[in-house]
Amino acid sequence: MKKIVTLLSVLLIAATPFAAQATPDDDLKAFRAYFTKKFPDVPVNDFINGVYAVDPASREQWEQFEEFPSYQIAIDNGEEKFNKKFANGKSYADCFPNYKKGIKQNYPYFDTDKGEVVTLEGAINKCRTDNGEKPLKWQKGEITEIGAYLAYLSRGHKINVKVPNDAKAIAAYNRGKKHFYSKRGQLNMACADCHYYYSGSRIRADILSPALGHTSGFPVYRNKWAGMGTLHRRYGGCNKQVRAKPFKPQSDEYKALEYFETYMGNGLEINGPSQRK
Amino acid sequence: MRLPAHLTIISSIIALFSCLLLLPGIASADAAADIEKGKKLAFDRKKGNCLACHQIQGGDLAGNIGPPLIAMKARFPDFEKLRAQIYDARINNPNTIMIPFGPYGVLTDEEITLVAKYIQSL
Ligand code: HEC
Ligand code: HEC
Repeated sequence: MKKIVTLLSVLLIAATPFAAQATPDDDLKAFRAYFTKKFPDVPVNDFINGVYAVDPASREQWEQFEEFPSYQIAIDNGEEKFNKKFANGKSYADCFPNYKKGIKQNYPYFDTDKGEVVTLEGAINKCRTDNGEKPLKWQKGEITEIGAYLAYLSRGHKINVKVPNDAKAIAAYNRGKKHFYSKRGQLNMACADCHYYYSGSRIRADILSPALGHTSGFPVYRNKWAGMGTLHRRYGGCNKQVRAKPFKPQSDEYKALEYFETYMGNGLEINGPSQRK
Repeated sequence: MRLPAHLTIISSIIALFSCLLLLPGIASADAAADIEKGKKLAFDRKKGNCLACHQIQGGDLAGNIGPPLIAMKARFPDFEKLRAQIYDARINNPNTIMIPFGPYGVLTDEEITLVAKYIQSL
């Protein structure tokens, strides 16, 4: 009898995505296995290309765009602004001593002292305010230029996000995971509906990108925006599509979502900034 | 002039028949108008936006998340069952991606009836 009960509970745990026992690492393995099985022809690192990994028809046009990328100017502006000294004589390089080697792959990370998720955008603005400068706006403009430059220097590095064995870190991860799988908005849809279960399908004329590797190409230049945007800008857009009230950029909710989504992409390469439709 | 009796009878039979013919004539004009209204609602991106997920004859840029809506009379002979599916798809599939149009107030009860009439005509 005891054996049957154990067997049953094992089956139950395997069946529920929210089983408390599933560690982030278990989730990652299951997540990756789902997508590699669903898209057997896509080499795993190709998921960093978003929808273009699964849509050969639009990929060709995208590759042409990438030859003269619209984000190039953001990288150039970002480099210039990154190297400009703050009023106090310091600069970003003092906050990010390893920036030349590439640092984006380590973000977001969990700061166990403060008990919060730190995103690259958050660290950029903290660097500014610590040095007496005004913070930048979160979703577009200068923050995406600095972000584009730092992402560019990190290209090819494998995403390496950690969830330390810390109650608050695990809680943040689980909050992001819950957001990802929960239905929301008047249209009652979850991120997972569009980017997990139906990834690769068409919603109207758009093919839905797989969530695996979702964060690797940010910030992105989007034709629809006629400019650059951060990951949280995109999150807000996707929340609005289902008539849900978007959260604020860099809110705990979106930081947690970024933490979960980026963790799922561990081991894939950073290839930001990127070009999108 | 007085018509012969048999002609009177024939003409009243004709009158009666044309009445009977006219009645369904009025009804089908109404039905056609409802179907047309239902189609508008189904295609409207701010309303049903069914094309986001379903192919429907005559609709452009349709998605393929749900099954194509064809031969609906054969698949849903029972109008109420079809209406219920559109009203709240969660009854048949609790985790469905299809919008709970009724309970979430995306379409009114009346609008759902019109959409269902249109869909059943496909
Ligand atoms: C109604 C469907 C729908 C829902 C729900 C939805 N999205 Fe999206 N999302 C899209 C579409 C369409 C695009 C543009 C095509 C693409 O890249 O997938 C997109 C794009 C994205 C992108 C950009 C990917 C890239 O490579 O540029 C991210 C990241 C994203 N969504 C995350 C989310 C998250 C997180 C949620 C939940 C908060 C969510 N989406 C909910 C439809 C949806
Ligand atoms: C976001 C996606 C989506 C939208 C929008 C949507 N549907 Fe669906 N629909 C589905 C899916 C997926 C199914 C398959 C059953 C399931 O998974 O619940 C379905 C099933 C159906 C069925 C049953 C078909 C069958 O053969 O069993 C009907 C009828 C239907 N939808 C009508 C509509 C109508 C009418 C609208 C618009 C008013 C609509 N749907 C909007 C996704 C959608």
